Amino acid sequence: MKFLFDKDTWQEIYSSIRKNKMRTGITIIGVMWGMFLLVVLLGLARGMENNFNKLFGSFATNSVFVWAQQTSKPFKGFQEGKSLTLKMSDLESIKNEIKGLEFVVPRHQTQAMAINNFKSGTFGIFGDYPELDKVQKKDLVYGRFINDNDIKEKKKVCVIEEEIYKQLFDIDEYPIGTYIKINDINYIVVGMYKQGQVGSGGPQGNIHIPFTTFQQVYNRGDSIGWMMITGKPEFDITQIEADIKLLLKNLHKVHPKDDRAFGSFNLGKEIAKITGFLTGMQFLTWFVGIATLIAGVFAIGNILLITVKERTNEIGIRRAIGAKPWEIKRQIILESVFLTSIAGALGIIFGGLVLMLIDATLGQGPESVLSNPTVNIPVVLIAALTLIVLGTLIGLIPAHTAVSIRPIEALREE
Amino acid sequence: MIKIEKLHKSYPMGKDSLHVLKGLDLHIKEGEFVAIMGSSGSGKSTLLNIVGLLDGHDEGNYYLNGQLIENLDEKKAAILRNKFLGFVFQSFNLITYKTAVENVALPLYYQGLGRKERQEIALKYLDKVGLKDRANHLPSELSGGEKQRVAVARALATNPKVVLADEPTGALDSATSDSVMELLKDINREGMTVFVITHEEDIAAQTDRIVRLKDGVIISDEKVNKNVNA
Repeated sequence: MKFLFDKDTWQEIYSSIRKNKMRTGITIIGVMWGMFLLVVLLGLARGMENNFNKLFGSFATNSVFVWAQQTSKPFKGFQEGKSLTLKMSDLESIKNEIKGLEFVVPRHQTQAMAINNFKSGTFGIFGDYPELDKVQKKDLVYGRFINDNDIKEKKKVCVIEEEIYKQLFDIDEYPIGTYIKINDINYIVVGMYKQGQVGSGGPQGNIHIPFTTFQQVYNRGDSIGWMMITGKPEFDITQIEADIKLLLKNLHKVHPKDDRAFGSFNLGKEIAKITGFLTGMQFLTWFVGIATLIAGVFAIGNILLITVKERTNEIGIRRAIGAKPWEIKRQIILESVFLTSIAGALGIIFGGLVLMLIDATLGQGPESVLSNPTVNIPVVLIAALTLIVLGTLIGLIPAHTAVSIRPIEALREE
Repeated sequence: MIKIEKLHKSYPMGKDSLHVLKGLDLHIKEGEFVAIMGSSGSGKSTLLNIVGLLDGHDEGNYYLNGQLIENLDEKKAAILRNKFLGFVFQSFNLITYKTAVENVALPLYYQGLGRKERQEIALKYLDKVGLKDRANHLPSELSGGEKQRVAVARALATNPKVVLADEPTGALDSATSDSVMELLKDINREGMTVFVITHEEDIAAQTDRIVRLKDGVIISDEKVNKNVNA
């Protein structure tokens, strides 16, 4: 390995490269392009993934929403079309009977007019437990989310989304501690959070009040509007969804095969679809990138092979004056590795610059298609290492050609 | 120095083979200045290639510096070439993108000598062939005679036992031919064994011993000058 640090080795490589500026340049561009594509594509795929995570990231991904509908099959003396309502007692049963649950959060939802001084608007009103903050992370700007004390004492407090603040408050007004009126009841604002990217439909803007307050104010007794259920990471959310629905059918005397009695939305499943798509993208990226890299490396091999042909005479001279075959070989291999490394490094640099450019142009603002398009350093290093290994392997071909020509034949070549 | 016994060499030509050397016997002692003469096809280049370890032989024995040459792989051949032999070619065979001094230093590089040492030795031999002031010129900036002098300096750089010259004046006009031959004579006078291949009578006449080759056999072997110092 000593020769690697020998100035003369590099001098030899430098002079041979300098002699063939054109072909060296073209070769480098070939491999650089491959590396560049790999870095940029990986970065873009990552950017899309990041963006997706930004959109859905506030939700725990293994979540399922369950709500009650009407029966579609007669069962145990009840006719079809019976209206069903989830009860607080269902919640307890679910918690007791179903394994692998992280959170079960009951919610209520309605629409109402909210008024602050002379400003007003119609918003979604939610009755919530503090646990909602764990299932669907709230990015609080001011104050806090609903707490256990609010639930216990059925306090008239509310947490508002930024959108509400924009519509009901003056610019620079501090919302915490002020009262807003919903259905003629005053609620004190205790928190404000940044809006998530995914609205739950209906009017713009959500106001959260304690679940118990909601039950009392809107006369909901011990009913539940719908539930958000989160499974532990090691449990299959689809199985949990099925188990819960079966349990609910049992509790509410619904035909076990009645698929319409309880509605559900499996966030885990929906996210898995998109994640699958993203994984596909990643795979495609790798495939295209690596294929391009290999093409580039073959270009290097090819060009070195041509060079070796061009340099047959020179190689013959070197061997006549005492170069051992291995010395010729290693120089050509080293040349190959050197070229691929330089090209790879340039590809990484240009790829990085283009990603920065993409980030600066497409990756900004809430409507952006991408966010933070980056490539992992280890990934880049592995790609670079692969490139060098491939460079070595491909260098073996011209190197072998170079020494397989007998020096006497090489010298005859003019 | 060079001893050849019943040397045979043939080249495959399709299904047949071409028998080029048909049992040569030749003994060249240290310090001799020998010319191998013959028309093209006589086998003189083949002989030089075998003597120069650039090619193997089929039958017979070849002793270089008392060492029997057999079962030579490329690596061993390269080491022996570097140690014992210096080459001068008809077409100079300098590396075009290296300066004169770099060309002369190249065999020393393969000997594993340090940079400074190589530079020193290379300059010394360039001086010897009278081209010290042209040390940093590329071959394309040198005349034919100068190129051949650089080639001679390169052949001498490793301080070999034998200098093998293949038509050293073939590409030169008569004036420069003479100066190159003068140089070879000088080297020989200093005790170097010189082995020249040529088809020119006047070149061969300047050596001490002429071996004539025809159709793969030696037809004559005569001493030219009386003052042979064997």
